[in-house]
Amino acid sequence: MIFYPLGKYILLLKAVFRRPEKWNIYRKEIFHEMDSIGVGSVGIIAIISIFLGMVTTVQTAFQLVSDLIPKSIIGSIVRDSTILELSPTISAIVLAGKVGSSISSQIGTMRVTEQIDALEIMGINSPGYLILPKIIGAVIMIPLLVIVSIALSILGGYIAGTLSGAVTSNDFIMGLTNGFIPFTVTVCMVKSVLFAFIITSVSAYQGFYTSGGALEVGISSTRAVVVSCISILFADYLVAQLLL
Amino acid sequence: MIEIKDIHKTFGDHSVLKGISATFEAGDNSLIIGGSGSGKTTLLKCMVGLHEPDQGAVLYDGRDFTRLNFKERIEIRKEIGMLFQGSALFDSMTVEENIMFPLNMFTDQNRREKLKRVNFCLDRVNLEGKNNLYPAELSGGMKKRVGIARAISMQPKYLFVDEPNSGLDPKTAIVIDDLINEITEEYQITTVVVTHDMNSVMGIGERIIFLFDGQKEWEGTNKDIAHTDNQNLNDFVFASKFTQAARDKL
Repeated sequence: MIFYPLGKYILLLKAVFRRPEKWNIYRKEIFHEMDSIGVGSVGIIAIISIFLGMVTTVQTAFQLVSDLIPKSIIGSIVRDSTILELSPTISAIVLAGKVGSSISSQIGTMRVTEQIDALEIMGINSPGYLILPKIIGAVIMIPLLVIVSIALSILGGYIAGTLSGAVTSNDFIMGLTNGFIPFTVTVCMVKSVLFAFIITSVSAYQGFYTSGGALEVGISSTRAVVVSCISILFADYLVAQLLL
Repeated sequence: MIEIKDIHKTFGDHSVLKGISATFEAGDNSLIIGGSGSGKTTLLKCMVGLHEPDQGAVLYDGRDFTRLNFKERIEIRKEIGMLFQGSALFDSMTVEENIMFPLNMFTDQNRREKLKRVNFCLDRVNLEGKNNLYPAELSGGMKKRVGIARAISMQPKYLFVDEPNSGLDPKTAIVIDDLINEITEEYQITTVVVTHDMNSVMGIGERIIFLFDGQKEWEGTNKDIAHTDNQNLNDFVFASKFTQAARDKL
């Protein structure tokens, strides 16, 4: 049941990582994908991250009613939850919707309009040409997006905390700097790279094996988002369990 | 020359091709005809390696394509050009980029040489000056012609054409047929056309193979087709009142 698609996915990945016909063509495609996946997603990631930080700060402050707990702990909680969980995971889920559905529908449309067959006939390794640049582009750009997300999320938290009076500027900054464990950033980057790989490869797999017409392209696109999101959450737990 | 020997192909429980053998000579326009579901497109896909035949061999000038590994197949594929039913042009690329794409991938020519070849191919299909248009800006007939230009850009030895006239008006269909015919003769290419269009059959069918229910039912020329006593072929060719009237006048 799960083994057949899993086997097909692994065989597809094997074809993806076959030696490219011409590196300079692939290089151009990689830059194009970096722009499309990375630069094209900065806006949505920025908006989501700022609000994510603001909500985390306000809700953490709401729950800290005891006078025994210093207000600076709000900064620490925002920092750690942002770095360890919210920025990498929420960004990945948003990107699975934005980038994943786009990859799946793009490749799926190429499949149903015989463009992939045309590549094969020319003697081009179509999984490599179509999917490898997307994977490399995402693996480079998504961790960078997550770093931007962390910065903006913390900034959003700072703004919401200070403007609402839930925490003073000094307390928030003190909370951010106290007890910082650099390893959390390593965990965050591991997650980002893994999620980037999952989003692109799973979505490309769904698109690559589309058969039929426009309706099936839509179904593949939806399935790409659903499977990517579930895989991201599963990988999230796995990384947390293994590294923390 | 392309030779196919005893090709079988099954999808699930459904046997689509049941032992087809044929020879396609260089410089000839060979047509594979048959009704919907007769297996002609599957046969074409088996010949070019888009489907793996369950049994049988496909020989390109003696080289058995079905026995080759991925790298060895690429060498033969560089000698193959194909025009797809829907043209299969790359949407994100201009006409020029579409035609230049195989040259970029497989040759070390500089940009000027590649552009010269692109312009030659466009000129050959009467589309000179259309370099910067995108496929979405082209008519159906123009797309087919760009597809032909892309297929011949690498100077192929073998040309495969899947339903060249589907979706085209009769006048444009004749232009496409003539173009395929001219290119085949000019470059002495082995051309295999899959079609159910009777205008193509009568116009360019130097050699015709009729498939029925996954088997080769009949083989001959367009001159033989009007006088055949094969009932299935007659039912297919003379299905319309127009072709029946034409036959009666012969």
